[in-house]
Amino acid sequence: MSTSTPAPQPSSSGAPTSMPPAGRVATKDRPHGGVGDRLRLWWDALPRPTQWLVGVPFVLFMALVPILNIPVLTTVGTNFGGVMAQFGMIALIAIGLNVVVGQAGLLDLGYVGFYAIGAYTVAILTSPDSPWNQAGEGHWLGREWAWLAALPVAIAITSLSGLILGSPTLRLRGDYLAIVTLGFGEIVRLLADNLDELTGGGQGLRGVAYPRLGVTEDLPNGVFSAGNAAGTLNSGVWWYWLSLVFIVISLLFVGNLERSRVGRAWVAIREDEDAAEIMGVPTFRFKLWAFVIGASIGGVAGALYAGQVQFVIPTNFNVINSVLFLCAVVLGGQGNKLGVILGAFIIVYVPNFFLGRTELFGIPINGNEIASYRYLFFGLALVVLMIFRPQGLIPVRQKLLTYGRELYVAARRSAHVVAPRGGSDGGARPGTPAVATASGGAGGAAPVAGGPTADGPGTARSTTNEEETR
Amino acid sequence: MPALAEALVHSATAGPLVHQSLIDFNLAGLGRNFWGLTIEGLTYGAIYALVAVGYTLVYGVLRLINFAHSEVFMLGMFGQYATLLLLGFYPSGNAYDKGILLTVLYLGIAMLGGMIVAGGTAVGLERVAYRPLRKRGAPSLVFLITAIGMSFVLQEFVHFVLPKLTGGTLGGVNAQQPIRLVQPEVQFTIGGAPVTNVTLVIILSALVLALATDLFINRTKFGRGIRAVAQDPVTATLMGVSRERVIMLTFLIGGILAGAAALLYTLRVPNGIIYSGGFILGIKAFSAAVLGGIGNLRGALLGGLLLGVMENYGQVVFGTEWRDVVAFVLLIVVLMFRPTGILGESLGRARA
Amino acid sequence: MHRTARRASGGAALLLAATLVLTACGPQSQGGGGDETTGTSTETDDGGSTELSIVPSVQIDIEGAEVEATEGGDPADPAGDGSAECAEGTAIAMAGALTGPNAALGLNILYGAQLAVDEFNAANPGCQVTIKEFDTEGDPQKATQVAPQIVGDASVLGLLGPAFSGETAATGDVFSQAGLLSLSASATNPDLTKNGWTNFFRGLANDAVQGPSVAKYLVNTKSFGSVCVVSDNSDYGIGLAQQITEGLGDAANDECAAEVKTGDKDFSAAVQIISGADADAVFYAGYYAEAAPFVQQLRDGGVDIPFVSADGTNDPQFVSQAGASSEGAILSCPCGPAPDDFAAAYEESAGQAPGVYSVEGYDLATIMLSGIASGVADRAGLIDYVANYSGDGLARTYEWDSAGELAAALIWIYEVQ
Repeated sequence: MSTSTPAPQPSSSGAPTSMPPAGRVATKDRPHGGVGDRLRLWWDALPRPTQWLVGVPFVLFMALVPILNIPVLTTVGTNFGGVMAQFGMIALIAIGLNVVVGQAGLLDLGYVGFYAIGAYTVAILTSPDSPWNQAGEGHWLGREWAWLAALPVAIAITSLSGLILGSPTLRLRGDYLAIVTLGFGEIVRLLADNLDELTGGGQGLRGVAYPRLGVTEDLPNGVFSAGNAAGTLNSGVWWYWLSLVFIVISLLFVGNLERSRVGRAWVAIREDEDAAEIMGVPTFRFKLWAFVIGASIGGVAGALYAGQVQFVIPTNFNVINSVLFLCAVVLGGQGNKLGVILGAFIIVYVPNFFLGRTELFGIPINGNEIASYRYLFFGLALVVLMIFRPQGLIPVRQKLLTYGRELYVAARRSAHVVAPRGGSDGGARPGTPAVATASGGAGGAAPVAGGPTADGPGTARSTTNEEETR
Repeated sequence: MPALAEALVHSATAGPLVHQSLIDFNLAGLGRNFWGLTIEGLTYGAIYALVAVGYTLVYGVLRLINFAHSEVFMLGMFGQYATLLLLGFYPSGNAYDKGILLTVLYLGIAMLGGMIVAGGTAVGLERVAYRPLRKRGAPSLVFLITAIGMSFVLQEFVHFVLPKLTGGTLGGVNAQQPIRLVQPEVQFTIGGAPVTNVTLVIILSALVLALATDLFINRTKFGRGIRAVAQDPVTATLMGVSRERVIMLTFLIGGILAGAAALLYTLRVPNGIIYSGGFILGIKAFSAAVLGGIGNLRGALLGGLLLGVMENYGQVVFGTEWRDVVAFVLLIVVLMFRPTGILGESLGRARA
Repeated sequence: MHRTARRASGGAALLLAATLVLTACGPQSQGGGGDETTGTSTETDDGGSTELSIVPSVQIDIEGAEVEATEGGDPADPAGDGSAECAEGTAIAMAGALTGPNAALGLNILYGAQLAVDEFNAANPGCQVTIKEFDTEGDPQKATQVAPQIVGDASVLGLLGPAFSGETAATGDVFSQAGLLSLSASATNPDLTKNGWTNFFRGLANDAVQGPSVAKYLVNTKSFGSVCVVSDNSDYGIGLAQQITEGLGDAANDECAAEVKTGDKDFSAAVQIISGADADAVFYAGYYAEAAPFVQQLRDGGVDIPFVSADGTNDPQFVSQAGASSEGAILSCPCGPAPDDFAAAYEESAGQAPGVYSVEGYDLATIMLSGIASGVADRAGLIDYVANYSGDGLARTYEWDSAGELAAALIWIYEVQ
């Protein structure tokens, strides 16, 4: 007989009321008692201005990472600025894909298509190889500002393509949607490959415009040009900073959406589409919104890519990349916008880490040899991580979306009051029913707030709990 | 836009290869080669169909896209290749001529080798990657990511580790030097199109295997278990069906058929034995499964054959570079009008 | 047989049983194996075709006319006169795909250059040059990340690479502005030398030379009146196919022109189209990985017209994978044939036979080393040295025009026999 089918519910259903007999079980009954969750609770309870006071220096620190030359962190075989630039672009993609996959729960395997459309829009408008080139001499856009002028066009066209791809396909569900989006991603790539006259086909489009800023004697093409390769402030760093700007903007944008009616609708659709529909959520419209917003963010990333590399070619937009983007999202923790950025960092950074390294912490290693096995390790890491941490590195915790902060403050207060009294293993950990309500994961207490707080189906819950025991 | 006009003029003068229009509709070519294209299409379709059965069975039972199934197929190719090596054949690029009986025997043994390796891989995959997740009740997206991870692992294993283990005989960057047991020879013609012995072998064996699988699923006790679990896992468990055994059996059947498909594929494309050789075919086979209605055994067969034939027509009508576009557009169009595929999802419901 | 297999569907038990069956088959099949070997040898006797290899046949110029190979040239020896002096830590860089699916080409160049450097170091105790490897995976974005590292490494005097046209286009500005010599052994896109880069030179004829030369050769010398041009979708394949089609003029058969995808293994539709057209030859613009199954499927499909291809196919792997089908294939290459003693030395140092561009890697590294030996100690000096260089290498005479193209580039025609 099977052991797994009616998964032995880890006594969570009635847990908050019953007294846990021992420490180990207690942690099981008490959801999310880790350091990360305490941090989360602390952060959520902070007033907005204080959050900004903490957040801004953190972002500044992140911006300085590529020029601080931190010993082990800095890559050896490839330029760290360049790696960070790529990370910035993939992070943007992960944020965009997270809207679709993590928040609205639509499995999209063809997201690379939007990345490609963004990149190709900029390239077609500004590359001298393209028949529709608008930049340079004899055209109405100067090379200096062509990239910036093409960016909104790229965003508009990717959004439109999201609409066009989304409106017929979003009637499909689950795995059908996955394969159809995969098909669309491939079709975009194949179109780029086959429409030779427009896209250059397999020869690609060269000489894509980029912002020409900071022109000096040494840098006739400005700081963003590939020619700015020397020193710490090279073009990679500048592109990274530009991506950071877009990351912050899209985080604010997506974050606000998440807390709005739209975000609540997404959560409802993700958890149970039929129920959402019955409760009056216009599911199709909100799914389409998720698709369009995700697509436009992907378009920004594509535009950044085209500008930085100044060369687009179809092979960079294949299914494998789509899959890697999805990995970034799931690895980091789907639904958690900071988690997916971490996921993006891992996807980009780890393969570069070993390249050209001859020693690590004083131990001599052959980095290039190790680097050639990178996808093997990468695959193993994915499997192991998914087995032991299926919710991702920084899993999302369902939050109360309305009256949020007041409740977090209340939860924290009650945690301080209740914990020393009721906690069997030291009062430091906030593990009371009140907290459980606030962080929403505990099944039994969830319906209290009346909002869409249930943390997914029972399966997801039991994993989280099991996870906590180890 | 003068630039556009200029570029078009330029490309028009650039020579005949740069087509006058972006897509040319060569319907005459389709008419001229109709039977040949159909036969070729059915050959590939048969192979797609066998691989698609693996996707569809696993999906029917577990609601899981086994993304790594393409790697099961790839290892099946290496399995039959290794079997031939063990049998004493040497790769030379030239075909052996051993007479019909012996050739069939050796092909049978090679197919068995491919089936064992592929079936073993599929079952091992289930053990290592999916069972722990099921035990933890992970959400379905996690299964997909694990499958992708295993796909990477298996490919890179053949790419880097296998050549080290076998002293460079198997695996590596380049395709295996082919061992060919059958030289394609035209047996007869249909409508002017030649039918070779290889084509016959592929289509007939695929049909026999498909029929056998259908009988197995629909007529035997094990098949009833599979259908029961696909329809309602909890009730099936309560009725005394071991879900774990059923799942293992499902992976095994999928793997065995992929191993058989691997041999048939290498008969047709002897140079295709390479670590990356399963990926595209896997995506196509998965499309075929969805096309026919994923979870539906007969749907997988129908979808495979249809996809093979249609993409062969398409690449003549639109040009060879549009082959994959035709396949995906067909998939999307069918799903638009029949959102659960041509025959619908019905592994559990069929003859229940 | 699968039916009996399934009967025993006890999972692991089945596997075990099957393994047992196979091992039981072992000794018996060994006996069968003896039969097979005799079978092969008889086959070899009557076929006589297992020992196929790519043999250089003629050298042609841009008009497709045959040119006498200038034998007896004096190829530069990397060892020099053994008295070179240079600063400690002097290095040259090599950039290209060293891992990933396109690694074979990058490694060919690297091993060739490594051989030159080894010979140089062995002969010149006063000057030990290292070769630094930079892996771009052939990916343009990756190349933009690698390029600053190369430029930033002050010990690097010159760069051998980048290997592919795409990554060269993406990183050309970096090397140009840093004033670092970029000497490519394999980037053949004609547009690369039109960017005004004064540091870029390529050690072989570009596609604008190879295409017309081969096309004229096919039309004039081989008298093919109708050729099907099939290309893959790579930068290289498309560019070459365009050049060939233009060069063939009326002889290019529009009816059976086709494009396939890199990575494809099935060319049934292309074969159908070609067998339906009444052509004299097929030209394939692409790499050996696709060319081998393509030629095989052509032959299996009963298409017996000559198969012509270019440098991307000119690799021993093509012959070993296509077997007898490759017999008689005509392969052009701007690359010169590897002389026997070079091939032997290369095989000893790299552990494999020289492939496409190995000779170029060796020659170009030799040129850089001779520059270093002549006392050049900075990057600008090495660019000057190469710009004014004139001398024979193993493959051809190296002398560049102001744009960085070879002054006189001839194409070699090889045949599989």
